[in-house]
Amino acid sequence: MIDLLGIPPQALFGQLLLGLINGAFYAILSLGLAIIFGLLNIINFAHGAQYMLGALVSWMLLNYLGINYWWALLLVPIIVGFTGVVLERVLISRLYHLDHLYGLLLTFGLALIIQGFARNYYGISGLPYTIPSQLAGGQNLGFMFLPNYRGWVVVASLAVCITTWFVIEKTKLGAYLRAATENPSLVGAFGINVPRMITLTYGFGVALAAFAGVLAAPIYSVNPNMGADLIIVVFAVVVIGGMGSILGSILTGFGLGLVEGLTRVFYPEGSAVVIFVIMALVLLVKPAGLFGRTA
Amino acid sequence: MAEAALATERPATAASAAPLLTVRGLEAWYGESHVLHGIDLDVRSGEVVTLLGRNGAGKTTTLKSIMGMLPKRKGSVVFEGKELMHLPARHIAKAGIAICPEERGVFASLSVQENLMLPPKVRDGGLSVPQIFELFPNLKERLSSQGTKLSGGEQQMLAIGRILRTGANLLLLDEPTEGLAPVIVQQIGHTIARLKKEGFTIVLVEQNFHFASSVADRHYIVEQGRTVDMIENSELDANMDKLHAYLGV
Ligand SMILES: Nc1ncnc2c1ncn2[C@@H]1O[C@H](COP(=O)(O)OP(=O)(O)O)[C@@H](O)[C@H]1O
Ligand SMILES: [Mg+2]
Repeated sequence: MIDLLGIPPQALFGQLLLGLINGAFYAILSLGLAIIFGLLNIINFAHGAQYMLGALVSWMLLNYLGINYWWALLLVPIIVGFTGVVLERVLISRLYHLDHLYGLLLTFGLALIIQGFARNYYGISGLPYTIPSQLAGGQNLGFMFLPNYRGWVVVASLAVCITTWFVIEKTKLGAYLRAATENPSLVGAFGINVPRMITLTYGFGVALAAFAGVLAAPIYSVNPNMGADLIIVVFAVVVIGGMGSILGSILTGFGLGLVEGLTRVFYPEGSAVVIFVIMALVLLVKPAGLFGRTA
Repeated sequence: MAEAALATERPATAASAAPLLTVRGLEAWYGESHVLHGIDLDVRSGEVVTLLGRNGAGKTTTLKSIMGMLPKRKGSVVFEGKELMHLPARHIAKAGIAICPEERGVFASLSVQENLMLPPKVRDGGLSVPQIFELFPNLKERLSSQGTKLSGGEQQMLAIGRILRTGANLLLLDEPTEGLAPVIVQQIGHTIARLKKEGFTIVLVEQNFHFASSVADRHYIVEQGRTVDMIENSELDANMDKLHAYLGV
């Protein structure tokens, strides 16, 4: 078989696929962060824990109630999203009149609590979650082997990202959201229930994180720390894309996943830091991020 | 313009004696700073009333307080017999009051069309979209533009146009002519006269005193967060000296 730049194609495309998968998670998670930040003006530090919760609740549904993957895909975002709604109503909404820093500290504390509970009850060794039988196996594409489940993750996350983008940018509901992001007090003065919109938006952002968690469960074993590790990279993605930009988070998420995959092929030592290096460069050249609006 | 095409379900009354809005002892705060100290207004149905006063007197704050947009306020605002003081802004909007804010409040992330359609209908009797286009033909040409790409005058038309759809019958307009070319100011003057004829009631904050006198029935003078005087438009000429003293012109 021919080699590209001395790299066997199997390895190249394998790493690109891995990059695309990681990118899919970066995209969904940074999208949720961007939506929450846009309307609530808080950086949701609990996002990684809520992603982990998505994976953990899927595992619990399967092992305690026998509810399968496909139902989990639907139910878990609703369940975890609802816990987000409660958190926003009971705790986060009390902080809006204070400095942003308080929201960050609160959500950071919540993340530690959620992860602490998970570690306490489920340990850190990781709980296995089998790939649903419909998506077991894979396709031999000639130049590479594509596991079905990984293909599904890319397709499902793209679909969710595009749907979310469409709803926000092209529908009436999205127009309310965009307007309230710009000027909540005027939107309220038009008769729209902004506090309820804020609550539902937070719930939706959390539901996106939980959806990513369900997708992740069969790939990475369900581990209380899975979100804490990932979310640091996702914050870097958000900084690169530009805080609050919807399309920016999607494109940056997938793009950086691919860049990371390529780095793993050509300079494996750099793959763990490449995103942070890009973040530093972007901050130097365009501090508002690639897609960010400068205030 | 074809007058008939604008006819709505709204009874096209001239100014009647029925008080539509009564404001008594209105006070308001921004955080710790006490800005309004006692605003009293009576606005009858179908009237155009202006708030005149120097910069920083509290005119914008008065409109925002009526609309419920400030967290801390005191006093009484009665609209159509209903006390609004303890309602949040969204319920005041549903009662039938709409605001066109000082900075116009056109949303940059929304198209002209989305800006126009944003405020939900609160009751029947608002203008239809074709009627709004008849008032502001420019908007029709620019529907898919980004809201803030419009010229200042067009943005002002959009900011007024979008609150005509909702069915609100009391319009709070905050300096609609600010920074606009004379020809646009004139167009907005015609629009206000037209809306008055349609039965809308309008509270107008205005720096442009000649403009104010051309459209209003009465003028309230605001000084340091208080209403200190009221002058009928018909008695304006006789009160010129007093007015100049108030406004410092
Ligand atoms: N957001 C705000 N925070 C604090 N003070 C404000 C704010 N907006 C206005 N003020 C103050 O309130 C007073 C009244 O302002 P305003 O109602 O805007 O006056 P006007 O519209 O008559 O020019 C001014 O002294 C102004 O400095
Ligand atoms: Mg003002």
